[in-house]
Amino acid sequence: MSTLHTVNKSPFATQALVSCLNHAKAGDAVLMIEDGVYGGLGGTGLTEIMDEFGKNVSLYVLSPDLAARGLDPKRLIAGVEGVDYAGFVDLVAKHDRTQSWL
Amino acid sequence: MSDVKKFLYLNRRAPYGTIYALESLEVVLIGAAFEQDVSLAFVDDGVFQLTKGQNTDGIGMKNFSPTFRALGDYDVQKLFVERESLEERGLSEDDLIEVVYEDEDDDWEEKPAIRVISRAEMADVMADADVVLSF
Repeated sequence: MSTLHTVNKSPFATQALVSCLNHAKAGDAVLMIEDGVYGGLGGTGLTEIMDEFGKNVSLYVLSPDLAARGLDPKRLIAGVEGVDYAGFVDLVAKHDRTQSWL
Repeated sequence: MSDVKKFLYLNRRAPYGTIYALESLEVVLIGAAFEQDVSLAFVDDGVFQLTKGQNTDGIGMKNFSPTFRALGDYDVQKLFVERESLEERGLSEDDLIEVVYEDEDDDWEEKPAIRVISRAEMADVMADADVVLSF
């Protein structure tokens, strides 16, 4: 049993991403969408925390949201994977439930 | 899968500043009428929804905190509150309103519905739900 967590707010504006990571269990996936994609960037104040949680949790960003914000996928933290909309659907189908962190 | 699903309503916002908290409570009351297994979770600023002594006379909004006390009548018996979220905000269980339900398996004895649990236990509660609705 596993959960897909979605986060749609910038981690620099709200607590949503950190709270999500604090409640995610090993084997869960976290998909950052909309302003949430900023959480996937390397070289930020959060990168260390993301690296730590990335050991147990799969981290994804929605590529169209990344592109819309002019962010090159090369700037993502190692281990954060970009997915397209079809990949989003695959993640929903793969996990037992989806939980939104608003 | 049985017909009864476990619904978890996750509350992460303070009352009054936005409409999320009130809307969540409205949806809980509607959902409870469908005889599902309903739990509420209060995490982050959501714990502020349950503080004692709320008085909204001066802001022209309804004080909906007493409505939580009616949840027992709708057979909502589980309000999980995260201890770490309380502590980070300088609160303890004593600062929270009392919510009770009547336990039909124990001669209708009144029991507290609010359960303060750790962050790790909260993660278990979330993972145990069939459906998580976030507010």
